[in-house]
Amino acid sequence: MKWFRKKKTKKTDDAELDLVTRGLLIFAHPTTVISVEEILKDEGYSIRVVSPPPSYRTGCDLSVEFPLAAESNITKLLNNVGMAPLDVVPITSEGMEPLHFVRSKEFDGDFLMIRAANMKMTVYKPTREIVNVSGGGCPDVPYLATEMIGKCLSDVSSPGEVGYSLCAYSLNTSYEELVRALGD
Amino acid sequence: MLLLAGSVPVENLPLLIGPIKITSYGISIDGHDLTVNRGNEAMMTAATLICQEFKLDNPVGMVAGDTGNRAGSEAIYKYLAENLPDMDADVVTLHYVMPDINLNKKVLATIDTMKKKPVMIADAGTMYVAKAGGDAHYYDVFTPDLGEMAFLADDKADHPAFTRGYIFDLESDVPALIQKANEANNIPDTMFVKGAVDYICLKGKIVETISEPSVEAMEPIGGTGDLITGMISALLYAGKSPLEACLIAGHVNRLAGLLAKPTPATQVAEILTFLPEALYKVLEKLG
Repeated sequence: MKWFRKKKTKKTDDAELDLVTRGLLIFAHPTTVISVEEILKDEGYSIRVVSPPPSYRTGCDLSVEFPLAAESNITKLLNNVGMAPLDVVPITSEGMEPLHFVRSKEFDGDFLMIRAANMKMTVYKPTREIVNVSGGGCPDVPYLATEMIGKCLSDVSSPGEVGYSLCAYSLNTSYEELVRALGD
Repeated sequence: MLLLAGSVPVENLPLLIGPIKITSYGISIDGHDLTVNRGNEAMMTAATLICQEFKLDNPVGMVAGDTGNRAGSEAIYKYLAENLPDMDADVVTLHYVMPDINLNKKVLATIDTMKKKPVMIADAGTMYVAKAGGDAHYYDVFTPDLGEMAFLADDKADHPAFTRGYIFDLESDVPALIQKANEANNIPDTMFVKGAVDYICLKGKIVETISEPSVEAMEPIGGTGDLITGMISALLYAGKSPLEACLIAGHVNRLAGLLAKPTPATQVAEILTFLPEALYKVLEKLG
C-alpha cells in the first residue's frame, strides 16, 4: 500500500510541474491570435490557440498557450512585429481549443458550402466566386459578408486578416478549407 | 413599442434611434439609409413588414456602426443600460453585437430594476453572451441555428467556436442537443431551432416541428435566420403566443423561400420581397 501511495504522490507532483511550464499570451482580438499563431509556429515554437482564463473572458476571446521558458524570446519577437500581448500569465489548467472540424455540402454540383462551427461560406465552383456567407453573431460577420460576396477566393483578404472576432476565426477556417478544396 | 437593437456594418456610424422606415434603398432610421443585406437590417425589415401587415406602429430601431472593433456594440450596451426603463418597450430584440459579458450584465441589471419587464428575444451575439454569462433565464426567446444549438448544449463553451467536437457531432440528434441545453439551463422558455427541420420548444420540450416546404438552397443564404427572428419579434408584439409566433414565422420563412425560387447564390433581400405574400397565405392556411 505504501508503495502505491508513494507512486501516486510523485505523479501528482510531476503533473503540477508540467502545468506551470506553460503560459498564456492575452490579446485584444481573436484574429490577432491567428497572426501570432502563424508567426510562432513558423519559428518552431510549440503553441496552442485556446480560450483565455475566466478573468480575461468577455465572451469572444482567444489566447495563445506557449512554453514559459520561451517567454522572453517570444515577447521580444512579438514586440518587434507590433503584436505585443496585452498580458502574459502562467496557467494551471488547460484552455479549450476552438473547433476545427468542418462540414461540406454540395448544391447542384456547382456550389460548395463549407461550415466551421457556426459559420458557412459558399462558393460557385466554376468561377470560385463567394456567393454567400451565413451564420455567426459577431458584428464583423455582416461586414465580412459585404466585403467578400461577389468576389473570387483569390481576390479577397482572408477573414482572419480583416475580422476581429471568433466568428471571423471560424469563417477563416471555412475560407481556408474552400481554398484547400478548390484552389484560390 | 417594439424595440430592435443591434450593430450594423457601417464604420463610424453613431448610435441612431428611431422608427424603422422601409424605403426603396432598404431601411431608414433617424434619417440614415441602411442597405438590407443580412443581420440586423434584414431582421428589422422583416419585423417592420409584419408590423405593417398587422396595422401596428413601426418598430423602433437602435443601431450603431460596428465592423468588429466593438465601438458600436459598446454604445448599444451602454445606452440600453442607462435608458431602457424610459423607453417603454413591450418587446425588445437584441441581435448582432460583440459579445461582452460584463456590459450585457449591466443591461440585465437595469432590466431587474424595471417594474414591467419587456419580452426579451435574443439571437446572434446577444444569444452568445447571454449563454456565456449564464443569463439565458433573462430572455423569453432564443432563435439558434444548428451550430448555435450545439453551442447552447455545451456547458463549457463560451462561444460557438469553442463547441467541443463530440457535441458538434450530435447535430444529427437535435432533440438530444435541446435536452442537454435545457438541463444546463442554457435556454429560455421559448426556442426556435432553425434547420432542415425547424424545432419549436417550450420550456425545454419540443412541441412542434416544421419541415415543409423544404427548399435546400435556403441553407447557404445568409440572413434567412434573421428574418425568422424579426418575424417572431413582430408577431409577439402583435399579441401572438410564443408558439403561434414561432409557427407563423417558420412557415412564412419557408414559403417565402419557395416563392423566391432561390439558388445558393440568392441574397436575402430577394426573399424579403416575398414575405408579405407568404404571410398572407400562411395566415389564411393557419386560420
